[in-house]
Amino acid sequence: MTTPPAIARDVTNDFSLVVATANGTGSQTANLTLLRACFHMGIPVCGKNIFPSNIQGLPTWYHIRVSKDGYVARRTSEVLVAFNQATVDADLRELPSGGVAIVDDGLAHGVERDDVHLYTIPVKALMAASEHKGKLRDYLANMTYVGVLAHLLDIPLDAVEAGLDSQFGGKRRLVDTNLAVVRGAHAWAVEQLTKTDPFRVAPMDATRDLLIMSGNEAGALGSVFGGVSVAAWYPITPSTSFIDALRDYLPELRQDDDGTPTYTVIQAEDELAAIGMVIGAGFAGARAVTATSGPGISLMAEFAGLGLFAEVPGVIWDVQRVGPSTGLPTRTSQGDLAFAYGLGHGDGKHVVLLPSSIEECFEFGWRSFDLAEQLQTPVFVLTDLDLGMNNWMGRSFTYPDTPMQRGKVLSADEVRERGFARYRDLDGDGVPYRTLPGNDAPGAAYFARGTGHNAQAVYSERSDDWLENTERLAHKFDTARRLVPPALEERVDGASVGIVAFGTTRYAIEEARDALAADGLRCSSMRLRALPVGEEVRAFIEAHERVVVVEMNRDAQLAGILRAELPDLAPRIESVAYLDGMPFTAGFVRARIEPYLTPRSLEVA
Amino acid sequence: MDRPRTIASNAAGLSKADYGGSPSTLCKGCGHNSIASQIIQVAFELSLRPHEVLKLSGIGCSSKSPAYFLGMSHGFNALHGRMPAVATGALAANRRMRAIGVSGDGDTGSIGLGQFKHLLRRNTRMVYVIENNGVYGLTKGQFSATADEGLDLKYAGHNDLPPIDLCQEAIAAGCGFVARSFAGDAKQVRELLKAAFSHRGTAVIDIISPCVAFNNEDDSPKSYAYGRHHEKPLHELGYIPYADEIVITESEPGELRTVDLHDGSRLKLRKVEEEHDPTDRIAAMTRLMEAERRHEFITGLLYYDPSRPSYAEAARLPETPLTHLPEDALRPPPEALERTLQRYR
Repeated sequence: MTTPPAIARDVTNDFSLVVATANGTGSQTANLTLLRACFHMGIPVCGKNIFPSNIQGLPTWYHIRVSKDGYVARRTSEVLVAFNQATVDADLRELPSGGVAIVDDGLAHGVERDDVHLYTIPVKALMAASEHKGKLRDYLANMTYVGVLAHLLDIPLDAVEAGLDSQFGGKRRLVDTNLAVVRGAHAWAVEQLTKTDPFRVAPMDATRDLLIMSGNEAGALGSVFGGVSVAAWYPITPSTSFIDALRDYLPELRQDDDGTPTYTVIQAEDELAAIGMVIGAGFAGARAVTATSGPGISLMAEFAGLGLFAEVPGVIWDVQRVGPSTGLPTRTSQGDLAFAYGLGHGDGKHVVLLPSSIEECFEFGWRSFDLAEQLQTPVFVLTDLDLGMNNWMGRSFTYPDTPMQRGKVLSADEVRERGFARYRDLDGDGVPYRTLPGNDAPGAAYFARGTGHNAQAVYSERSDDWLENTERLAHKFDTARRLVPPALEERVDGASVGIVAFGTTRYAIEEARDALAADGLRCSSMRLRALPVGEEVRAFIEAHERVVVVEMNRDAQLAGILRAELPDLAPRIESVAYLDGMPFTAGFVRARIEPYLTPRSLEVA
Repeated sequence: MDRPRTIASNAAGLSKADYGGSPSTLCKGCGHNSIASQIIQVAFELSLRPHEVLKLSGIGCSSKSPAYFLGMSHGFNALHGRMPAVATGALAANRRMRAIGVSGDGDTGSIGLGQFKHLLRRNTRMVYVIENNGVYGLTKGQFSATADEGLDLKYAGHNDLPPIDLCQEAIAAGCGFVARSFAGDAKQVRELLKAAFSHRGTAVIDIISPCVAFNNEDDSPKSYAYGRHHEKPLHELGYIPYADEIVITESEPGELRTVDLHDGSRLKLRKVEEEHDPTDRIAAMTRLMEAERRHEFITGLLYYDPSRPSYAEAARLPETPLTHLPEDALRPPPEALERTLQRYR
């Protein structure tokens, strides 16, 4: 028998929990219930699902980080729920010393750990009393660890009930069925378990007015409030839940007075068709969106070029996963940045928005349509699996603060008054005027094409027409620099080093910066929210002797873009580029940044 | 001051010249030019309002031709084989547009076969013309997927592969209007085009349209000479617009069949030699397969079924096109956002 280590000082609201189960066993409901229970207690939490590309059977881990300071980056979990025979040995081995293991007593394991607090749950016995059979019973069995954790961690049962209530959308029968199992396990734990570990939660007031939501849901909701009318897509992990969410919101939010939908969602035959539909709808004057991931982006290359060159608005969400090729379909990455930015053959770059939070997913959800129509071009929104599919806390969303910006679209009267040449730059911003099909003014029609064309959209192979057009497009891209969301920065007075990053790496970076600052090592940081970059990025780099570009890919894609676009500053640009499929931890970032902040350690290296 | 009307105008107040486009840059004598002329004639006769028409195409010789007709209509020259997706998106966005897409045998039968079939499954309302000549013209005469088996061509050599019959593909995919015609049979092309514009969903007309540069030897089944000598119309066609009073002259039973088109117009089919019931899907498929075996060049309306709803109908799109919806219909109010977020608190 193992002797539990002596009780250390309480560790309250500052630990990470991992639940190891098999895919398809219904544990997600239990995990989200725990997450939401803590959220209801006012404690900052973040959930990350590390799941396989599989429907049933392969191992899956759900991480919940409870952090009074609001940190959400992934870290080693101190509390383990081991419910998967296939991984129990490895899971136990990985547990840090002083950690907690809650193990299904039906699992055989061969790992002896004297340095952890072990609790076993008689899952089968606890479920014996249940009237439910078969698959439902297996699903419900996950609620036993919820009940045991409620006791061990001090989660009040009414918080668990609130969590179940959110999880089941208030469906009372489901809440009650699950709650009964939670109560049973809780009562057993109260009677049978003696708490020896230090980990616990305590109510806080840090989640008032916050939301807990996935990035895909937030982006879809933003699209709805951006007036999306046509969505075309092809199923692909990890973007599918974006469209699922859209199809969930639209019926409620977008019907006319007769109950007729004022939108359409088309499941295309492939991603190539999906973006073709978006381009067709954008040309016709609708706000259209597609959501995909890397392999889909690959298929969309030719249409992206057509959209750029024929100047058609459209919005493409790329919820990034690990490539190349099929890669790691259920792991996160920032590996599509360079590809999406330059998607298509020949010259030209795209506007790419880079949200890092559910708030930004919502905001860029609607703003991307404004930008696409103002600039008459496809706009990419790059998130990642971690942001898209996991549950994040965020501030309540702000309703769009500007009316929809529909861009330069001429009415029939306007065409009659001032004439029309589709690709003429009348305003000096590189953005021409367009007309929509159905405009009945003489001269309003034009033939959109991907072939060389003159200002009247007539086919042309003349060099001067080509140059005039492509130079105008380059000028339009400079206009985009001023319209896209600017980079945000935190400058530290006197700091010679700045970090530059984008997207979800911000969380590990923020935590790492705090930890470094606590040790007296300070650096500035800047977070890009879009490409192309604006003047503020140049200014930030100029203000620091060195900037370290931190990104989740191997090839240092953002660093490469910045070095190419700001060649005079290239010598200052250092890179921390790494990708193994898992979100960055603060520890990793700290270890890779610290040498730049302590020059001596660099010399030693 | 009224301008003197020296040229005939139609119910839309337009002359035939108003339906023209830029001068063609295709080869002199190309079947596609003849089809473009028939499209102009038909648009004039149907009094289509140009601003209500959308022209679409993919890439290839055929796909250039929308520049040569309906110069007052919006158009989109899309990507090779991808016109169906662009059409689907554009017509979902604006269901009021009358659309005509022009594609070729490479565009539809090879690179675009998947999109073609899915367009038909969705039944987006549009006229889909395939200008079918069995070769790739712009790249100098390679065989396409509809090239006849055993064909020998100067540049491409010998074709060992069986052709894809795009009418069979269309019927198999669930298309409710499938016709074959011949660019040299202008009257039939016209009547089929008119009927196609009256169809509820996607109407496919596969028109054998000889390539004078690469596939017009007299013995090629896709040449003018072959078509003129071997075309076997299943019926003579006569389109009767909705507005016209229908007077059906006496005829022997079985000789004349009339099909009701979706918009109230009708199509008369007068028997030529054999009975063909275009409302029988299996018979249509059988007849096409027989024609393939016997090397017959049958033309006419092969299959017709207006029962399947168009995409716009099936998706319950509002009568007002999505592109015409005002901001308050597109962006839900602040309280709707608040209500939705309640689920996530």
